[in-house]
Amino acid sequence: MTRQPAIEANGLKKAYGAVTVLAGIDLSVARGSVFALLGPNGAGKTTTVRILSTLTPPDAGHARVAGYDVVRDRPRVRRAISLTGQYAAVDEMQTGEENLCMMGRLTGLGRVEARGRARELLERFGLTDAARRTAGTYSGGMRRRLDLAAGLVGRPEVIFLDEPTTGLDPRSRQAMWDVVRGLAHDGVTVFLTTQYLEEADQLADRVAVVDGGRVVAEGTSGELKRQVAGERLDLVLADAAAFAETARRLGGRLVHSDADRLTLGVATDGDAARVRALLDEIDPDRRAVRRFAVRGATLDDVFLTLTGHAATTPKETADV
Amino acid sequence: MSDAIVLTGRAVRLSRRNLDAVLTAMLLPVLLMFVFVYFFGGAIDTGTRTGYVTYVVPGVMLLCAGFGSANTAVTVTNDMAGGIIDRFRSLDVSGTALVAGHVAASVLRNTVATTIVFGVAFLIGFRPDAGPLDWLAVAGILLAFILAISWLSACFGLIARTPEAAGGFTFLMMFLPYPSSAFVPIDTMPGWLHGFAAHQPVTPVIEALRALLLDQPVGDSDWQALSWCGGILVVAVALSGVLFRRRTA
Repeated sequence: MTRQPAIEANGLKKAYGAVTVLAGIDLSVARGSVFALLGPNGAGKTTTVRILSTLTPPDAGHARVAGYDVVRDRPRVRRAISLTGQYAAVDEMQTGEENLCMMGRLTGLGRVEARGRARELLERFGLTDAARRTAGTYSGGMRRRLDLAAGLVGRPEVIFLDEPTTGLDPRSRQAMWDVVRGLAHDGVTVFLTTQYLEEADQLADRVAVVDGGRVVAEGTSGELKRQVAGERLDLVLADAAAFAETARRLGGRLVHSDADRLTLGVATDGDAARVRALLDEIDPDRRAVRRFAVRGATLDDVFLTLTGHAATTPKETADV
Repeated sequence: MSDAIVLTGRAVRLSRRNLDAVLTAMLLPVLLMFVFVYFFGGAIDTGTRTGYVTYVVPGVMLLCAGFGSANTAVTVTNDMAGGIIDRFRSLDVSGTALVAGHVAASVLRNTVATTIVFGVAFLIGFRPDAGPLDWLAVAGILLAFILAISWLSACFGLIARTPEAAGGFTFLMMFLPYPSSAFVPIDTMPGWLHGFAAHQPVTPVIEALRALLLDQPVGDSDWQALSWCGGILVVAVALSGVLFRRRTA
């Protein structure tokens, strides 16, 4: 029983009218692990989460969460999970404490138990001082933490976090990451979606990359990084003209491109002779390339290699 | 059922913190009552022995109840448009429990508002001849009307995509008492309007309230009023279930 995966999806499909959102998603998430679904906007991340959390029925395919079918055993699944979405699902006109008490009552706790649980969660998420203020007065990070706390009232086995840090400042993001790590430490299964490669890298035991409604790669972030070249040669160009010319010469070999920093990246094995030959080829006049650096591949490279476009910065793909 | 009670508590708290909506629902009928009594009242001959204020109060009460109840559409739409609905659904809260919470809060809100408007009416010369039983019947009919309109309003809230659109329902409820006997006798209206004015749901409610308050023969207007309210309520409850499922599918 405990060896059964917490989440299992086979061939999930969903279309809205003529638009195919999911074209067959297969996933398996081990109990007690942190799993990240990584992809750009419109890749199908939110739809996947909505199907797994029983809010949207799939057009085809099956999924089991906490051992129950998300369509046939919907009430059982709902009792085992919590969902924290992209939009804070708390009442702005209720205080933090009232919000949590209400959630407690709705999960079946008595009045006194609900209040105790609310206090415990407020404490854990650093909201005790703000407990008696209406949630409308909270900062973005506080509201997100309250939202997550509201999802934890019923002690779920599986927690879905849909883009938990989108729109947060770096400090709040860091606080949220600590919270997710704490959850993982407690042994709950966390399924999160993100468009931030760093977030998946930081938090997740396993990562699935989605694009166009399909899983295009899955593995630990280390495995994914090894799927592309082990290392990357970053070239800093002298000016915009040199940047454009060099990008043209490299063509399909480019795995990274940042027009703002005048930086281009190509896969390399770090061999000096080959690096020298490459530099001679793309910069025969020795004026275009100003600096270079060899570095380990990031999930950005993985993403670009797997999907043919960048994950978080569409501007770059437009420039190339 | 216990979900509905928890959600009623929530809806009441939200109402208490959104006092301007409650105040509007009270002030508007009071102002309209002033307009009718002091601006138009002198020119309107209702053919009754009592003053115009006594003639017009049932209509004002209905306006107050209808307008206040229609606000349920806005509160329901706010929930449906925000993220909270997904949270409720993931806790297996039913659409009926959610709507029932909003409707219950609406009934409480409007009971307070209606009582206050009655108070103001007394201050400006409203003198009914109703006995205690008549008052009980008046309260019962008003409650039934508030309940039915609140639930119907919730259906509009489930259809509307934005709170602004949901607010449109309050307009309908503001308008419906006019083509009825609420402010002027129906026979003073053009002939083509008689059919609608005499048979629309607001008219028997008005007639029943007025007859009870002025201790006049009620006829079957009270049963007609309650049948209309009961019918609207049954349809609205069924419709809200269907709409909620469709909206969240």
